[in-house]
Amino acid sequence: MERVPVLKIGDILLVSIQIDMEDQVALQLQEDLAERIVASGCHGVIIDISALDIVDSFVGRTLATIASISRVLDAETVVVGMRPAVAITLVELGLSLPGIRTALNVELGMELLARERAEDDEDRDDDADEPAVTTP
Amino acid sequence: MTAGGAAERIAVTSDQDVVRVRQLVRTVAVAVKLSLVDQTKLVTAASELARNTLVYGGGGTVEVTRVENGRRAGIQIVFADQGPGIPDLDLALTDGYTTGGGLGLGLSGARRLVDEFAIDTAVGKGTTISVTKWCR
Ligand SMILES: Nc1ncnc2c1ncn2[C@@H]1O[C@H](COP(=O)(O)OP(=O)(O)OP(=O)(O)O)[C@@H](O)[C@H]1O
Ligand SMILES: [Mg+2]
Repeated sequence: MERVPVLKIGDILLVSIQIDMEDQVALQLQEDLAERIVASGCHGVIIDISALDIVDSFVGRTLATIASISRVLDAETVVVGMRPAVAITLVELGLSLPGIRTALNVELGMELLARERAEDDEDRDDDADEPAVTTP
Repeated sequence: MTAGGAAERIAVTSDQDVVRVRQLVRTVAVAVKLSLVDQTKLVTAASELARNTLVYGGGGTVEVTRVENGRRAGIQIVFADQGPGIPDLDLALTDGYTTGGGLGLGLSGARRLVDEFAIDTAVGKGTTISVTKWCR
């Protein structure tokens, strides 16, 4: 069985899906990524699907599951590079991928992650400075 | 509607066969000159239905045929299994209905993605689904 490689670039894990994945390969990727997030301590995951000419309900569900697992492990996932025809088809299929962050390409995905991380850190600082103040 | 070429048939008994179905449908869709969006829709629908044939039908066959209707070219795909059949078709065709822990979008979504969609199913005998997509 083929395996989708997970690369560490700085403090981000990058997954570029280059093959038409069998269902088992998609499930394996889910597991591999969870392990790499924990082992690397990375807070961001970028999944590049620009090489995929379709995303069906199985792959869509896998992407959503990866995003949820990452979040539980304190990492944000951004799916990048979706082709226009794939987006049109996904919506007509009925999959709107709620809860998945998207960006048009890897670079914009990295910017998004960096921005979110910075905002998170600010929030944390605020909390530390003003422990008595509760924000609604 | 007349058959405009030899049918190609794939036996679906594993994940890999579902990948093969996607590839065959893509090849034929390009050959009959479906638009890129229509190719994407048809391959996605085929992926959903072939996976259902495998998972619920216990395996079966997929047959892809070039068809013609007057001057229009198209593709017909027939998914056949000898599995348990679908007891309540209306229910199975409802968005979100699943007996297998999926998203319940395969059947209903595939129907939206094609031009013609017909199901013949009998409990205890099996299910045959025929879909057609025409060039615009
Ligand atoms: N070939 C088949 N034979 C028997 N039952 C089927 C077949 N295809 C679909 N079904 C039934 O119809 C239900 C709905 O199918 P559908 O493809 O819409 O959803 P799913 O496969 O459960 O989830 P998803 O495709 O979104 O991952 C299935 O859960 C199953 O009970
Ligand atoms: Mg299905």
